[in-house]
This record gives sequence, C-alpha cells and structure tokens, in this order.
Amino acid sequence: MNNKYMLTVEDVSKTYDGFKAITDLTFYLFEGELRTVIGPNGAGKSTFFDLITGRAKPDKGKIEFGFDTDLTELNEYEINRLGVGRKFQTPSVFTEHTVFNNLVLSLKGSRGVFASIFKRHSSTDRDRIDELLKLIRLDGKRDWKAGQLAHGEKQWLEIGMLLAQDPKILLVDEPAAGMTDEETHRTGELLISLAGKHSIIVIEHDMTFVKQIARDGQVTVLHQGSVLCEGKFDAVQSNPKVREVYLGRGKSNK
Amino acid sequence: MSSLSTRHKVELIAAGFISLFFIVIFPLLNAHGMVSDFTINLWGKYLCYALLAISVDLLWGYTGLLSLGQALFFSLGGYMMGMYLMRMIGDLGQYHKPIPDFLVFLGWTELPKFWKPFSSFPFAFSLILLLPGLLALVFGFLAFRSRIKGVYFSILTQALTYGASLMFFRNDMLMGGNNGFTDFKFILGHDLRSATTQRGLFIVTAIVLLLVYTSLRLLSHTKFGLVQRAIRDGENRVLFSGYATAHFKLFIFVIAALIASIGGALYVPQVGIINPSEMTPDKSLEAVVWCAVGGRGTLVGPIIGAISINSLKSWASRAAPDYWLVILGGLFVVVVLLLPGGIVSIPARLKSLWQRVTRQPSA
Ligand SMILES: Nc1ncnc2c1ncn2[C@@H]1O[C@H](COP(=O)(O)OP(=O)(O)OP(=O)(O)O)[C@@H](O)[C@H]1O
Ligand SMILES: [Mg+2]
Repeated sequence: MNNKYMLTVEDVSKTYDGFKAITDLTFYLFEGELRTVIGPNGAGKSTFFDLITGRAKPDKGKIEFGFDTDLTELNEYEINRLGVGRKFQTPSVFTEHTVFNNLVLSLKGSRGVFASIFKRHSSTDRDRIDELLKLIRLDGKRDWKAGQLAHGEKQWLEIGMLLAQDPKILLVDEPAAGMTDEETHRTGELLISLAGKHSIIVIEHDMTFVKQIARDGQVTVLHQGSVLCEGKFDAVQSNPKVREVYLGRGKSNK
Repeated sequence: MSSLSTRHKVELIAAGFISLFFIVIFPLLNAHGMVSDFTINLWGKYLCYALLAISVDLLWGYTGLLSLGQALFFSLGGYMMGMYLMRMIGDLGQYHKPIPDFLVFLGWTELPKFWKPFSSFPFAFSLILLLPGLLALVFGFLAFRSRIKGVYFSILTQALTYGASLMFFRNDMLMGGNNGFTDFKFILGHDLRSATTQRGLFIVTAIVLLLVYTSLRLLSHTKFGLVQRAIRDGENRVLFSGYATAHFKLFIFVIAALIASIGGALYVPQVGIINPSEMTPDKSLEAVVWCAVGGRGTLVGPIIGAISINSLKSWASRAAPDYWLVILGGLFVVVVLLLPGGIVSIPARLKSLWQRVTRQPSA
C-alpha cells in the first residue's frame, strides 16, 4: 500500500431544506485501502456516498478523485466511468433481467448507445462472467430473474455487478444487511480479498462484521454529518464519545 | 443475448406465417373477389394503428416512458403525406385551380412557398422522417436532459400534442384548418380510388409492419435492449453503472416518433383524410389502451391490441355508437385489474390454470 490519495474530501457540506446532512466533512482514502465507516442512523453515511457519486452536489467543499479530477463537476455516469462503483443500501439490481444479464450490463466496456446495439459477447466476457458467478456463488442461478433472489443473494449480485465494472473505488453501503452470519462472514472475506487491488469504503452497522473487515485498518465514525473520530477498531470502540453516540443502542445494531 | 428462446422461436415462426398471409394471401383473395375492398381497406387502417401502438409500447412497455405524444408524430407523418397528396390533386379540385381548394377558399391565388417542394414525393417522404424525427430529437433532448420522468413526461408530451393540434386547427397555419386535407386523387401516378392502388397500399403497410416488428425484435435481443428494459426497471442502477440513460431514451424516443410517423403517412392515403382531430391527446391515450389490452412490453401485444380494439370499434360504432367510449374505458379497467398482461398473456394463464386443475386430484 503506498500513500497516494484515491479520494480527497475536504470541508464538504450539504443541507437539505435547512437540515445539515453533512457538515464540514473531511475525509481521505488511500489507494488500496479498505476503510470502514460507521455511525448511527441518519449520521449522513449514505449522503456521503451520494456526494461522491454525483447523486447529490455539495453546497461547498472539495471532492476529488485521485489527485486532480473534480468530482463535483461531473454527473453520475461520468463518475462511474472514471472508476467509482457503488452498491446501494437497498439492493438495487435489474429485477426483470437474469442474473447473467445483470452482469452483462455491468461488465466493463463501452457504454454508448450505438456500441450497445452492435456489441457481441467475446469469450473473455463469458469467462469473466462465469468467474464472477462462482465468486458470488450464483452460478447455479444464472438464469434466474434477479427479482426472484433472496435479499442476501441480491446483495451479492450487486457486489458482483460492482466487481464486473472493475472500479478503482468501491463504495459499499451496508452489504451484510439481510445476510445470515455465515454469509456475512464470507462477504467480509471477499471484501478483504479485494482490498489492495481496489480502494474500498464500506458502510456498516454490524459490529462483528466491522471488526472482521477493519482488522488493523482505519475506522471512521460519522455523527451528525461530520467525522466524530477516526482510528483502529479497538480504539474507536473504547472511545467515550463514540460510546455516547451509540448509547442505549446496543453493540451490534442493525 | 443468448440464443433465441423457444418462446421467441415460436413467435418468429408464427410471425412468418401471419406475414405471409397478410402480404400474399389476403391481397390475392381480394384480387379474386373473395375479400371485399372495404375489408382490405379496413385492415390497412388497422395495421397503421398497429404501427402507432408499437411506437407507444416501445416507449411505455419497454422503456417505462408513457408518451402521450405519439398521435402527434402519427399525424405529422400523415400531414406530410397529405401535403403531397394535395399537390397531386392538381386542378381537379372543386375550384379547378392549380392550388388546393382550401387555399383558394382562403383567398390565395398562388401556392405558399413552403408548399412548393411537396409536389415531389421524395421530398415529402424525407419530411415524413425528418420533421417528426427532429421534433422528437429537440423535445426529447430538453426533456431527458432535465430528467423529466414519469407522470411529468406524460403531461409534457400531452401538452406538446395539444399545443400542436391547436396550431393545426388554425386556418392561418395554411394546413387546412379543422377540415384538414381530403379528396385525394393520386399517389405516385396511381388512382387512389382504384382497388388495385388500395391493395398495393395495404401490402406496403403489411411489409412495413413486418420490417418494424423484425427490427425491434432483433434490437430487443441486443445489449441495447437490455439497457432499455433496465432503464424501465431501475434507471438509477443503469445511471450508476456508467450508462448515459438520457442518450438511450432520446434514441428510443426518436425511433418511436419515426415509426408512428410512417404509420400516419401510410394511414392517410388509405383513409383518405387527415385533420387535427387525429392529433389530440385522446388519440394517444387510445393507443395506450390498445397496448395495455394487447399486452404491454411485448411486440405482438400492441399489434393484437390495435387490431382487436379497432375491430370492436368498427362494430360498436355501428351497433352502439354512443357507448363506444364507455366500452373502451370499461375494457381498459377490466384488463388492468383482471388481466394485467393483456391478451397475449391468456395462453400462459390458461396453461397454469390447466396445470392447477390437472394437479388437483393427486394432491
Ligand atoms: N435527498 C434527500 N432529501 C432530504 N433529506 C435527505 C436526503 N438524503 C438524505 N437526507 C437526510 O439526511 C440525513 C442523513 O441521511 P443518510 O441516509 O445519509 O443517513 P445514514 O447515515 O445513511 O443512515 P442509515 O444508517 O439509516 O442508512 C437523514 O436525516 C436524511 O433524512
Ligand atoms: Mg444509509
């Protein structure tokens, strides 16, 4: 892991009708890093992703990809094409398409109207999809409509779709929601294996899962739209400010 | 994307037989007096409506864009063809002047400038494609760039259609006002009142419909088709997967406008009249009902819907003229509530019903 910034977020604020969803947020992500972001409901975690991916525009502040690409000037698909992939909090797959075609649509490659009319699958495309299907353990259900999958399987499919895009930054919003403990654990292992090649931010509530993937990496705690504290998992967990924020909410809230 | 499914193979074979019937056998029967001229003319009209219905479904059923502007594009094609047909009347009109009667009536002695090139069929034909195409391009560009969606898109397309019809109702637009164009005599040198010409127009319409159907069927199997349906089911995910969804929607909107326009251009010489009442939002809505009844999100559905509802309309306008709109509305409600997949979903429903019935005794 070198010390190159993959993502620079400085002094960013966003209000919705006077409500401060994000306030003076500053955040840096290193290349190859796996960062975990936690925080109580409504802390602004998903909004933070909205700002990075172009779904919402900040009122002020700087959001840069790599060294110099200003993301605040770009729209959703341009940001995605730069290499920022996002998994949404509520699984968002193409419900009427087969699992296979969900991956076809996500596969890295040209996104133009005319290119899509004349696009033919190469055998490399097929191999890559087969590989992904195995990885997300859906190769037995490749011809199922995505809408028929269980919640946890949809989560995985969406992770697979993200990987198909081969993005530089993966933004993963609550991947373990709706998964069994065993599935959650496997998801954690998958994310850990992706770190290094990709830079990843994972938002999560499940503390067992956070502990698993954070290992000795950084955990960021968001509270009321800004960073409450940042540090290793144990340090964060024993931080009195963090305890106060989570008070009365139990340790592994979902 | 993968090889054609059996369902689609069956559909293609059926389409082949039906086309053979409409393109070859039906006209032959007509030529030998076994199908009346009236019937073949009526079916020609139905097939034009089928083109309109397909254009609605391409947007609504396949992309999730409920456009109420398709009657506008249909009429624009009709008007462009109508202008050519008006010029072909020559001095055979009531006033025996070399310009269309309604212009004489308005006090014109010479042809207005913009009318002049319409004596040429190639010119009229290019405008049948260019005018609706450009209008759809500009309107779609503005609408999709501003991310107008859902009900707002429907209202906006409806407003566009309504505005255009008001313009065409005006006499000073020099497009025939509320009477529109009629009393056509010739197309490409053929007498429009002869059975042979009408039969020819019917065959052309059937071929165009077959071509449109086949191209759209092929398109739906490409990655483009996947993106299109993905936009319908979850535009956000498509956008966040790197696709400029606005470009896709714009492309589809223009194609749909062209299909509707060609339908309208074929409609006018067969029906013999075009006026602004074809351009109203009600007409677009009617086409929406055809799609819903036939089966939205399929290519066969709109064709079946357009043909069956218009046959019903032909019958009802004789049997119960006052109740037609009530019947149409009732049909729509019944289909939406009881048969959401439309007529094309009946076989599958019967099959599952049959399976349930036959499984019962053993259970
Ligand atoms: N588009 C929007 N319009 C109005 N308010 C919004 C919008 N997006 C987010 N908010 C508000 O901003 C706050 C932060 O929401 P956000 O979804 O980012 O929280 P979160 O940390 O992801 O919470 P959770 O853990 O429940 O997912 C909430 O109070 C939410 O109501
Ligand atoms: Mg959230």
